[in-house]
Amino acid sequence: MNAPAYNFAYLDEQTKRMIRRAILKAIAIPGYQVPFASREMPMPYGWGTGGVQVTAAILGPQDVLKVIDQGSDDTTNAISIRKFFAKTAGVATTTSTEEATVIQTRHRIPEASLHANQVLVYQVPIPEPLRFLEPRETETRRMHALAEYGLMHVKLYEDIARFGHIATAYAYPVKVNARYVMDPSPTPKFDNPKMDNCPALQLFGAGREKRIYAIPPHTKVVSLDFEDHPFEPYRFNAPCALCGAENSYLDEIVTDDKGSRMFVCSDTDYCEGRQAAGHHGALSAAPYKDKAQGKAREKANG
Amino acid sequence: MTTIAELPPGFADKVLSAQSTFRSVMDAMARPGSVQRILPMAGTPETMMRGTAAIALTLFDHDTPLWLDARMAESPGVLKWLKFHSGAPVVQDSSIAAFALISDGAALPPFERFALGTNEYPDRSTTVIIQVESLDRGPGFELRGPGIDGAATLQASIKPVDLFERLRCNETLFPRGIDVVLVADDAVAAIPRTTRVLGKGG
Amino acid sequence: MYVAVKGGERAIENAHRLLANARRGDQSVAEVTLDQISEQLGLAVDRVMSEGSLYDRELAALAIKQARGDLIEAIFLVRAFRATLPRFGASEPVDTGAMRVQRRVSSTFKDIPGGQILGPTFDYTHRLLDPSLAEGFVPQAPALAEASTAPTPRVTDILGRDGLIETSPQAEDGASVGDLTREPLNFPADRDLRLQNLARGDEGFLLAMGYSTQRGYGRNHPFAGEIRFGEVEVEFAAEDVGFAVPLGSIELTECQMVNQFKGSASEAPCFTRGYGLAFGQSERKTMSMALVDRALRAHELGEEVGAPAQDEEFIMSHSDNVQATGFVEHLKLPHYVDFQSELGLLRKLRKEFAEASAGANASDAMKEAAE
Ligand SMILES: [Zn+2]
Repeated sequence: MNAPAYNFAYLDEQTKRMIRRAILKAIAIPGYQVPFASREMPMPYGWGTGGVQVTAAILGPQDVLKVIDQGSDDTTNAISIRKFFAKTAGVATTTSTEEATVIQTRHRIPEASLHANQVLVYQVPIPEPLRFLEPRETETRRMHALAEYGLMHVKLYEDIARFGHIATAYAYPVKVNARYVMDPSPTPKFDNPKMDNCPALQLFGAGREKRIYAIPPHTKVVSLDFEDHPFEPYRFNAPCALCGAENSYLDEIVTDDKGSRMFVCSDTDYCEGRQAAGHHGALSAAPYKDKAQGKAREKANG
Repeated sequence: MTTIAELPPGFADKVLSAQSTFRSVMDAMARPGSVQRILPMAGTPETMMRGTAAIALTLFDHDTPLWLDARMAESPGVLKWLKFHSGAPVVQDSSIAAFALISDGAALPPFERFALGTNEYPDRSTTVIIQVESLDRGPGFELRGPGIDGAATLQASIKPVDLFERLRCNETLFPRGIDVVLVADDAVAAIPRTTRVLGKGG
Repeated sequence: MYVAVKGGERAIENAHRLLANARRGDQSVAEVTLDQISEQLGLAVDRVMSEGSLYDRELAALAIKQARGDLIEAIFLVRAFRATLPRFGASEPVDTGAMRVQRRVSSTFKDIPGGQILGPTFDYTHRLLDPSLAEGFVPQAPALAEASTAPTPRVTDILGRDGLIETSPQAEDGASVGDLTREPLNFPADRDLRLQNLARGDEGFLLAMGYSTQRGYGRNHPFAGEIRFGEVEVEFAAEDVGFAVPLGSIELTECQMVNQFKGSASEAPCFTRGYGLAFGQSERKTMSMALVDRALRAHELGEEVGAPAQDEEFIMSHSDNVQATGFVEHLKLPHYVDFQSELGLLRKLRKEFAEASAGANASDAMKEAAE
């Protein structure tokens, strides 16, 4: 039987070259979706294969990798992907946003400001922002070519006519460098402003749909809106119950069967960092103990 | 006639050297005008700089048609070295090239001769790699655009001297266009199609 | 007091250990071997090889065992392994005309040179559950004949001699054959890529799509010109050797549908083709594939295009069960960030709606009071 032997960071070198070339084009044409020959990965399509391929193509032994899903390092798919790279590339992993050089994410942008020595890799399910308005690739490609985005504005305006608001709460479309309308991946629109003029490089990988796109650092990213209906990021109006943060995106946690609920930071590293620094919310467990362990850089041993 | 054994070697560690070279090129492309270093070294055929050789080993393969300028093409070692280490097909028609290697910048063909991509597929364009004299001395070029926080200054001694004027075509072509990678020995800088040159300093 | 859930890593490990136990089942029952799967569940192995696009019975059997008999999961395992294999090149086109035929039927001619050969088939069996198969069944020895040395020309070739069917497209010398596992797919796609997509496509999906053409959604008047199953030689032309080197033989099923075509002012009317090819004995798959291949040629043949089976983007984007299952099943991953966002918006809209209707009721009430 052919016993499988895998390369550093799993992908073979030819595949990495192909992905690397696509990444360079993506950076050169901000917001444009570069087609790439996505490979079949050992995890299912829709579970981060695009992000994993991008990460695998950029990752080196000096990198420190953080993987989050829903803002948390401890969600099962984040753990699974982090372990995959710890095993195949032997890289150091961390839960600290600050320490990480490569952050792979699904559905969130960390609360802490990113810095110039970081790359944020997004997992993208449907990269085409126009897909739900026009299912045909040939058509949406033509619309991007002509920068013909009227359909998107019509959709947003129909929302306003019907609901009085733009009824898109996540995967809220943005315009990159005043040219391409881009899907930010299913992040809550709360995170959209973080993409604008971000010091870190942002890379987006859609494995099943075979597209890579990018936002270079310090690039203008504008959420689509109308003068009389300006873009508004949404956040539940409460402080985090654990760390008291008033400016972080919150998860709603149902605490019993009587409708009680609490709101806590979705970014667990941010919340833990604040608690360790002495901030607390109404329901925090003091003193906070888990921190030292949580922050510790885990050197992978496979 | 050179035999394979006499060819300058490729990377000592193919996997990690390619990764590190790619990160330098990626950072250069993501931060136009910034000068990045290429650390891992391979042997280089004459007329090819160390940085160019490393980029070739990192990005070229069977899937990337390659166009060489006359000076590169005429250098006996270059063709064999590229063929052996990358397998990239060398093409005469620059308009189908994925990459172009320019060692004699003064003889750089007009950009229209390269692939500029289409509006549907602007990525189907030639990345032009130009070897230049210096990326830390010479006239200053003030650059703006995505990847640049405000403005960046690139000090470089470049041929053709009107490179940045020629790159103005990117303004009207966008999203089509030409992305340029400048190499001086082990230093690399990139000028993607979104970069605009504002002025030329001293 | 609330403590966020930790220990996801432990949970994953425990779940996987549980899976390993569930896979093995009751350990007092003998473990199934790869040989048993390969020999006794051969059609499952054939399907996994076909849709996994890797001809390796042993690995396919292992995948089926590892996947607990879930064939799409097994196909996924094979595909993920295949993706890591080095590519040395493409084989020479196999010659199905020279197939050592084990089964061969045509619905278009009563008799054909080389004869109709029923071979191992479910056709004409009565689908009655057979208790004798439950255990210890020893089949009667098959009736064997000397393998015929008579040529078995393809039925479509016989029609082709008289120009009654369009000629099979000839490979252009030196033209590269597309490979959608190595190049991103763009539309419109050429037939080589379409056929590759269909060959890897989900049998159930192709069956439904092929069936839909028979029910009028893109009808193309098919006849099963020929279905043949047997062994063919695979050869590889090594550049430095200068001749084709035999790599071995593989089992294939080929289906050629013969379909109607009206002709045009410039072309005499002739039959058209739909083509299906798969590893192993995969008749349902190849017949469905041939129907869909023909349907996808509607545009090329100047037919009206409108049915789902004729829509290249629709078919090619949804035929792959590894892609489909991944994306459908990804819905079980946490989405609470997005959901929270939607929840917030929905609460806001409901509040505004309630306020607006309260306002409207109030003004109605005032109106009534005033009347
Ligand atoms: Zn918090």
